[in-house]
Amino acid sequence: MARRESGTRETNGEHIRLSGVGLSYFTPREETEALRDVELSIGKGEFISIVGPSGCGKSTLLSLVSGMLKPTKGKVSIDGAEVTGPSAKVGYMLQHDHLFEWRDVLGNVTVGAEIRRMEKAAAKRRGAELLERYGLGDFIRHAPVQLSGGMRQRVALIRTLVAEPDILLLDEPFSALDYQTRLTLSEEVFHIIKDQGKTAVLVTHDLSEAISMADRVMVMSKRPSTISAVHNIVFDEGEGLSPWSKRQAAKYHDYFNAIWKELDDHAVSAL
Amino acid sequence: MPSPLYERYLRIQKRRQRLIWLTRLVLLAAFLVLWELAADWKWVDSMLTSKPSQLWGSFRELAMEGSLFRHVWISAQETLIGIAVSMAVGTLVAMLFWWSTFASKVLEPYMVVLNALPKVALGPIFFIWLGDRYSVYGMAVAISVIVTIIMIENGFKDISRTKLKLMESFGASKLQMLRMVLLPASVPHFIATLKVNVGLTLVGVIMGEFLSSKAGLGYLIIYGGQVFQMNLVMVSIAMLALLSIALYGVVNVLERYARKKYHHES
Repeated sequence: MARRESGTRETNGEHIRLSGVGLSYFTPREETEALRDVELSIGKGEFISIVGPSGCGKSTLLSLVSGMLKPTKGKVSIDGAEVTGPSAKVGYMLQHDHLFEWRDVLGNVTVGAEIRRMEKAAAKRRGAELLERYGLGDFIRHAPVQLSGGMRQRVALIRTLVAEPDILLLDEPFSALDYQTRLTLSEEVFHIIKDQGKTAVLVTHDLSEAISMADRVMVMSKRPSTISAVHNIVFDEGEGLSPWSKRQAAKYHDYFNAIWKELDDHAVSAL
Repeated sequence: MPSPLYERYLRIQKRRQRLIWLTRLVLLAAFLVLWELAADWKWVDSMLTSKPSQLWGSFRELAMEGSLFRHVWISAQETLIGIAVSMAVGTLVAMLFWWSTFASKVLEPYMVVLNALPKVALGPIFFIWLGDRYSVYGMAVAISVIVTIIMIENGFKDISRTKLKLMESFGASKLQMLRMVLLPASVPHFIATLKVNVGLTLVGVIMGEFLSSKAGLGYLIIYGGQVFQMNLVMVSIAMLALLSIALYGVVNVLERYARKKYHHES
């Protein structure tokens, strides 16, 4: 297992740990090994991006952390406890917002809290507060069909936040949006996540998104995939840069090229 | 302020709409007049075809003595109850099939056979089991319930898997998925099913009344045929047509209300 670390950074306490994780899918026709020997440790408050060729099991990795899938080998743990099912510590944000069109915006953001049987009035208050804070205060009673794509995705993020997770799993949350909205929204989501002090794992096929948002970028190989490289993203311009200013930073292109080359190597070696 | 061109467009649309309605009415009137004249001029035997003026006469006669509306009401009642029962049973069974893939797989071939079986053939069984009054309901539900199950089940399958994945990520139970996603998301399917159900249940009710009953429009039609009273038969059929129009109207009102409430785009 080739693993390169370009620089180091301390994390404050281990939050998520995957040790020796493997996953195989079974269908009547065949067995597919999706993941093999995945080792991963994520600290509190860290922002991780995962990139890799399509179909390499990036989303599968998120499903494992969320507890919706169980690994066939190895162990996934959060705060030292093994994950056995969907956990209240984890919030999942999907590619499509999947807002319920039969509920208004406030009704949508409280869905998660409702499922988890959290106190209704408190969830509503928290939802309204977050909507207000992140620029959706005027749309609380609107139907989802009246919102733009970017607004809908922000509502989806708030729906996840209202359920008060410590960890946010983002599964290509911007890929269904047009380029302009994508840039603005990734900027906004980054600030919301930092503002709320959440740990985040972002799966994306967009390298610039991965580099500009994350503290560390993990590169996955082709199936059976594993984490083939980890890049610590550190800029000379200082810490706490916004994704937008990271895209302008001096070392941005070095990271981009390095990761691009790694992905390219996998593509070639798989031929 | 709408532009003159837009106003002109609206005017043309309105005129077209009026023309469509007018033509419909003219068509109906022409049909009735032709029928009347054909009978008067002995092109056809009015013993066999009756004629509109006679129909109007016997309608008034039947309406006066009050029995006509009693028969209409009985058929309407049977249809409404039939629809309610088959919607309720159909939804419950579809929910069971969604809940347990095993049950759905096991029962699949039985559903196919039941769907293909002409339910009218069960008439005598319903008569023996349920008696002449309730066998009508048996027939009505038998004809509509299988299609209801299949349509609602397909509706459940149409709901995107990722919407349920979202529910799962919050740790939702099956009951929560059902209550929070499947049922509200299926409202358009319920309406579509209801529309099909109105037609099918009405067939079931009339069929049931044909086979065994002492009242209702189906009874009236069969009776009129047996005593060779074409007026009675035709008036009953006309009332049946009006009844189905009324039922469709009710479903359309329900549909508009539900779409508005649930924001489902048409």
